[in-house]
Amino acid sequence: MSNLNIMIVGVGGQGTLLASRILGDVALSSGLDVKVSEVHGMAQRGGSVVTYVKMGEKVYSPVIEKNEADIILCFEKLEALRWIDHAKKDATIVINNQRIDPMPVIIGKAKYPEDIINKIKADYNNVVDVPALDLAKKCGNTKSVNVVMIGVMAQHSQIKKDVWVKAIEKTVKPQFLEVNLKAFEAGFNYVAGK
Amino acid sequence: MKKLLLGNEAIARGVYEAGATVAAAYPGTPSTEITENIAKYDEIYSEWAPNEKVALEVAIGASIGGARAACAMKHVGLNVAADPLFTASYTGVNGGLVIFVADDPGMHSSQNEQDTRILARGAKVPVLEPSDSSECKEFTKAAFKISEEFDTPVIVRLTTRVSHSQGMVEFAERENYQLKPYEKNVSKYVMMPGMAKRRHPVVEERTLKLAEFAETSHLNRIEWGDKKVGIITSGITYEYAKEVFGNASYLKLGMVHPLSQKLIKDFAKEVETLYVIEELDPVIEEYCLQLGLKVIGKSKLPLVGEYSANLLREKLLGEKVEKTNEITEEAPVRPPVLCPGCPHRATFYVLKKLKLNVSGDIGCYTLGALAPLESVDTTICMGASVGVAHGMEKARGKDMARKTVAVIGDSTFIHSGITGLIDIVYNKGTSTVIILDNSITGMTGHQQNPTTGFTIKGEPTRQVDLLKLCQAVGIDRVRVCDPFDLVGFEKVVKEEIAADEPSVIIAQRPCALLKHVKYGPVLTINQDKCTKCRMCMRLGCPAIVDRGDHIEINATQCVGCDLCPKVCKFNAIEKAGGQNE
Ligand SMILES: Cc1ncc(C[n+]2csc(CCOP(=O)(O)OP(=O)(O)O)c2C)c(N)n1
Repeated sequence: MSNLNIMIVGVGGQGTLLASRILGDVALSSGLDVKVSEVHGMAQRGGSVVTYVKMGEKVYSPVIEKNEADIILCFEKLEALRWIDHAKKDATIVINNQRIDPMPVIIGKAKYPEDIINKIKADYNNVVDVPALDLAKKCGNTKSVNVVMIGVMAQHSQIKKDVWVKAIEKTVKPQFLEVNLKAFEAGFNYVAGK
Repeated sequence: MKKLLLGNEAIARGVYEAGATVAAAYPGTPSTEITENIAKYDEIYSEWAPNEKVALEVAIGASIGGARAACAMKHVGLNVAADPLFTASYTGVNGGLVIFVADDPGMHSSQNEQDTRILARGAKVPVLEPSDSSECKEFTKAAFKISEEFDTPVIVRLTTRVSHSQGMVEFAERENYQLKPYEKNVSKYVMMPGMAKRRHPVVEERTLKLAEFAETSHLNRIEWGDKKVGIITSGITYEYAKEVFGNASYLKLGMVHPLSQKLIKDFAKEVETLYVIEELDPVIEEYCLQLGLKVIGKSKLPLVGEYSANLLREKLLGEKVEKTNEITEEAPVRPPVLCPGCPHRATFYVLKKLKLNVSGDIGCYTLGALAPLESVDTTICMGASVGVAHGMEKARGKDMARKTVAVIGDSTFIHSGITGLIDIVYNKGTSTVIILDNSITGMTGHQQNPTTGFTIKGEPTRQVDLLKLCQAVGIDRVRVCDPFDLVGFEKVVKEEIAADEPSVIIAQRPCALLKHVKYGPVLTINQDKCTKCRMCMRLGCPAIVDRGDHIEINATQCVGCDLCPKVCKFNAIEKAGGQNE
């Protein structure tokens, strides 16, 4: 059996680390070998961040490379473009349609690419486009984008819903649990195109 | 019980299970979480020391005092701690002493890419290198045993991928370790020439014994497979090699100094093609070459950067993994930035406006080197800003000091800036040093330090008074100022650089990410008033975005720090309501 390879890509500060902790906990409950590779330090200051989650009978390298990802959770559009080469052709690619301009764009030294999601859709069949920021806002906290994304992923996974919920209960701080469970539901029930 | 732990968390667990009772460290990516997690165990006294040298000295003291002691740092931290290390190698230990040093191949968060094995070899201390979280814990416990059995400090070398990857770890009970008795032993612990001369041969003999131990230690293992290809490797590169070479034969070294001559020779004899795969310096490879073995290593693999399975495929097998999509558009880079609300932004805005030379230092404020703030001229190592400013003055004369400042964070100033400041006073310099006091060690993720008033466990403690400290070393001109008071701050900087004597400006405003900092409401640009002069863009705030035909504030990024209204001459930036935490 080959590994299941999941990537989370986004911008430092978007809560990718929490998402990876939740995913790690879900993966652990599968009884398989799991490795999760994270980025700490400098890049967490608004830089491009990536987390790899690998599960299978035996996982060696914690890193996912070109054409190896089964699922990519993209917390931001530009980061989706940056990491898309890592997706397998039949990968599920969940993209939060949020735009966060990097400094070279902010100061006019580079252009933010147009129409990223459609460009990716032209090449990949399983692209889910999610307004995760709007959904998070409706749940009462823009910081819960990460858990909305986890919800969307859960909907597309074979893993039972209560495994995800338990992982969230274990991972998030008690004072933020309610809003995060709402965020998870919003993602889980999200139907693309609506 | 099995848990998913970061390599660093697993190290902490290993320290706990080994029965250690003292841990001292200075933070540094990718090592920081080791000590943060050790601090969660009530059974272990832990502390953030002012720098790595002190941290190691505390651990050495604890070891001589009979405890099992741990010390953690990043690779460059070992340079700072090299002095005690090289001599602690001579004294040896009482309770086990293990030093965790995390290298950063690929420089995810570092100013260089040095290989800890080189310093360790110089210091003649053994080095263990785990390749996943489970080994992080096991090797930690083994390291304490080796330390005591061979009477030596032991280094456990990590790399970013090992430290920051989570893997499965099986928990065990904590060993009930009893403090070893403390006995005065001058010939072992007082390293003056007479005694040290007798200790050095002991060290050399110890290295031979350790090499002997390495021949049979379970830390090194052979995995026989297809003997056409043999691979000698250690640490994370073992994992990459397994992905690429599958059922080849492996000599996986857990002990990377000293190396095991017979084991390596015996392995080499059995295989047809022998690869040595190690990131950074060719430590194992050069040893193999000394043994007269024919190996393929750095002739094909890079000396720089991080390795990966694909890199091995490409460099060793000539198989390049091609992309499978038609997307050609490049994604613009996304470098890290000063956060919205960061106090350093105001400081650099003023320094750039005044067109000063800025000798910089290491911390979040190193990001002041990037566009659009582009203020920082130099960054060498922690504490260097102060000495560098002084050296510039001595090279080019006092005029240079009239247009130069050093900038240094609070943690970095305590780490090693204070000695530079003493130098300026002592040697009649006239430089101006700006201490960026944001009340926390920011870059490494919010650690307490001697200026914050709290210990690693969050207990209140005596706080270093930066003002009095600077005065005490002989700085008569010390000013405390809020950089967000742009006008006042600019005036203070101008006055202090003009002064023909050394001065310190303490730029005081807490990090915007600290819990007690409450800003808000978020701001918005009144497009009717905005003339698109783009003054606000000069702040380099990630929340202010140039859309070409208009400038806007991204409401999800803005924290409402109220800095940008201060640079807007047209009062176009207004409060929008709404709040971001
Ligand atoms: C010798 C050494 N130890 C540790 C580090 C890691 N490190 C980089 S910046 C920093 C601390 C920065 O804190 P501070 O000076 O308070 O500035 P801030 O990031 O809060 O602005 C540390 C510990 C390093 N680069 N070199």
